[in-house]
Amino acid sequence: MKKSKPNPKANRNILWFACGIVALFLCMCIYFGYYLQVQSEDVINNPYNARIGRLSDHVRRGRILASDGTVLAETRIMTDSDGTEVRVYPYGELYAHVVGYVDAGKTGVESLANFYLLSSHTNSLEKVMNELSGEKNPGDHVVTTLDPKLQTIAWEALGNRRGAVIALEPGTGKILAMVSKPAFDPNRISEQWTELVQGDQTEARLLNRATQGLYPPGSTFKIITALEYMREHPGVYKEFTFSCTGIFEYEKNKIQCYHKTAHGEESFMQAFADSCNGAFASIGPTLDLEGLKNLSEQLLFNREQPLALPYSKSTYSMGGDAPVWEILQTSIGQGNTLMTPMHNLMIMSAIANGGMLMEPYLIDHVENQEGEIVKKFMPSQYGELMVANESKALKELLELVISEGTGSALRTDVYRAAGKTGSAEFDKQKETHAWFVGYAPAEDPQIAVCVLVEEGGSGGQTAAPIARKLFDAYLLP
Amino acid sequence: MILLIAIYTYYNFRFFSMKNEEDRNRACQRQMVCMFMLHFLANLVIILHTGSEMLILFYGVQVLFFLCYVFLYRFFYRNVSRILVNNVCMLLCTGFIILTRLNPEKAMRQFAIVVISAVITWIIPFIIDRVWQLVKIPWVYGSLGLLLLIVVCLVGNSSYGAQLSLTVKGISVQPSEFVKISFVFFVATMFYRSTEFKNVAVTTVVAALHVLTLVLSKDLGSALIFFVTYLMMLFVATSNWLYLGCGAASGAAAAFAAEKLFSHVRRRVEAWRDPWSDIDDKGYQIAQSLFAVGTGGWFGMGLYGGMPEKIPVVDKDFVFAAISEELGAIYAICILLICLGCFLQFMMIAMKMQAMFYKLIAFGLGTMYITQVFLTVGGVLKFIPSTGVTLPFVSYGGSSILSTFVLFNIIQGLYILKRGEEEEDEEE
Repeated sequence: MKKSKPNPKANRNILWFACGIVALFLCMCIYFGYYLQVQSEDVINNPYNARIGRLSDHVRRGRILASDGTVLAETRIMTDSDGTEVRVYPYGELYAHVVGYVDAGKTGVESLANFYLLSSHTNSLEKVMNELSGEKNPGDHVVTTLDPKLQTIAWEALGNRRGAVIALEPGTGKILAMVSKPAFDPNRISEQWTELVQGDQTEARLLNRATQGLYPPGSTFKIITALEYMREHPGVYKEFTFSCTGIFEYEKNKIQCYHKTAHGEESFMQAFADSCNGAFASIGPTLDLEGLKNLSEQLLFNREQPLALPYSKSTYSMGGDAPVWEILQTSIGQGNTLMTPMHNLMIMSAIANGGMLMEPYLIDHVENQEGEIVKKFMPSQYGELMVANESKALKELLELVISEGTGSALRTDVYRAAGKTGSAEFDKQKETHAWFVGYAPAEDPQIAVCVLVEEGGSGGQTAAPIARKLFDAYLLP
Repeated sequence: MILLIAIYTYYNFRFFSMKNEEDRNRACQRQMVCMFMLHFLANLVIILHTGSEMLILFYGVQVLFFLCYVFLYRFFYRNVSRILVNNVCMLLCTGFIILTRLNPEKAMRQFAIVVISAVITWIIPFIIDRVWQLVKIPWVYGSLGLLLLIVVCLVGNSSYGAQLSLTVKGISVQPSEFVKISFVFFVATMFYRSTEFKNVAVTTVVAALHVLTLVLSKDLGSALIFFVTYLMMLFVATSNWLYLGCGAASGAAAAFAAEKLFSHVRRRVEAWRDPWSDIDDKGYQIAQSLFAVGTGGWFGMGLYGGMPEKIPVVDKDFVFAAISEELGAIYAICILLICLGCFLQFMMIAMKMQAMFYKLIAFGLGTMYITQVFLTVGGVLKFIPSTGVTLPFVSYGGSSILSTFVLFNIIQGLYILKRGEEEEDEEE
């Protein structure tokens, strides 16, 4: 066949193209290496990765420890039989939700730290010896941020009631205590499983009420209503006055204060401190409802929360065209709004921390058998939920709640606390849910606490004293 | 095993720097030894693990096939490119190993297809050597290819949301695999005739029709491969940067539009951006693939040590993840480098060919091959959104195997042709 003249240009182009492809493949190889070396550990540690289970063929699951070294979960080998492993939870129900279990699916820290617990960083000599003798390597220990003293006090203070108590460090996001009642015994999870799943649904023992329980926020929502009012009336919001007769009437709708208490003439500050429903219901219709919705979403309603544990999204649904009744109800935290105790605590800890929300976390570090740190987790900022000035103004209100208002249970000379009570109505026939969410000391917040007692009645009387016990235990020597 | 494949890959690249014929032959000899040892080791593990006598037999037949393939090829075609033959064997061997581990039945079916394809396509170098009339019939390639694609688009069976295959008498074929080759021939013949604007425009329209039909069949991976191949062939044939620029721009625009218009494209892109947020649905496949690769690490979990069956379509599009998980990332990278080595061989052949027609064919097929490798591996590693194409010679699938055999044998034919010419020159 005829030969066309050799084409040097075409050859040069081919060469260029070939070099380009080689470069592309090199990039891909580098990415591959980067993925394996840097990212893969975080990727693999995902509850969806069924492969982790295989690791337990070679590694004995490590312990879960409290921040002071107390053992919260460990794997023991049965002495009587042929080396069967059992996961033991020495404190039973006390840490049930937060530490979780492994025998019926995995929850809590057991799930979050699954990969770490099944990785072994013990010294290599021992590893080789173990491999040769067919022994399992000891898995790494996971040290949590939990404070056993606070956890126990929270557990005892809640007594026989249903509800949740959570405490964290606002400056870092470390979760210090997390209790949900009623609980279950993780040591006997397999045998009780059917009963737990099919039994009395109102009990919902497996549910971690702290992060998954959705409740009307009641008066604790007034923090948000107040913030919106402050945003719409910058500088002059303190000029607001209201005359409370115990019942507030607006376009034929009636809003009662708790136990129809008449608060009389009050300022904005006093209305907040006394948790006056009438005053806040009267603010409601004056607000820009879209603004209130935006603010709520800024504060993580209807949004993903920065939590590693399974949680429920809080919901806020009121838009600009809501009927009057819904507006009045929503502005005092009733209506259709629902939130989890953990979410309420996150808002409070952001206020305590100058507006910056630190991501709550449970795992402080991972250490090997010899106690050397393998991986350390650092506090990380989620973002500013509000500006510093707003947080300052809210702090002023929250301190007044304790010193002059409904939070009298926390009044003490030793430290100054701040917070908000709430008594959330959910069923006319039943007692209200009791809320308290707050922090202490007011000038330099070290601990933030959220208490929710189902059907506990008044927040000031039921929930606030529980918070007091936690503050006392944490702050007093 | 990792060591063996590493040595093999090393020789693969060493080969380029060797000028001497004897050195080259020795390198190829060593590659063969590595390959057979690797094949033996892997099959030993498989047989010990399963205890199946069938598989011993299967192993024996495989060895026989490889031996026949290598020696018969050399016997009939004196001037064959041994390194390409070796690479074909190595990739096939890896494919057999991983498929036997995943699903012995499919591996055996795959083996049957390979044997048949090898025998059929064995004739191709002969044709190329003798029949240069191939260059005269561009419209046959163009219309035939397009027709096939349209038929698939209209009446094809859909699998995983795309119309890919035709079922004829119980045998399901994927015509797009074969149209790839006719497409390259079409473009090559057209550009061989002339690179005048008018001719380029006509070719572009036909090429665009190919791509569009594939897009309508929702076979986006193939559409992308066709597009890239055409663009690069156009560029090499005309050396016109303007064409390249316009083509790339229109490609980017089309990709953007596709993301906006088609929900299945959006799904893939979303799964690529963040597989974790929707791990149950969209992100499931890619997440499983990443788990596999990550858990396998550099050295792999060993055959039967991992859980590659957790990954959907693992024997086809995601076979690379299975290799990486069980045989290790180093092995996987070696496979990648072997593919790259093949591509570079193609390019060298393309550069050596004097006739523009053959040059374009070698170049086009090479581009097609490497784009496909890149898409599948990149998809598995979350380097790019997954497009659902197979890894040639390794993935399970009859059409893919047959068309890749055709592709390699055409290149082989060109190589033999070239070597023949060189020898004639020397004799003169």
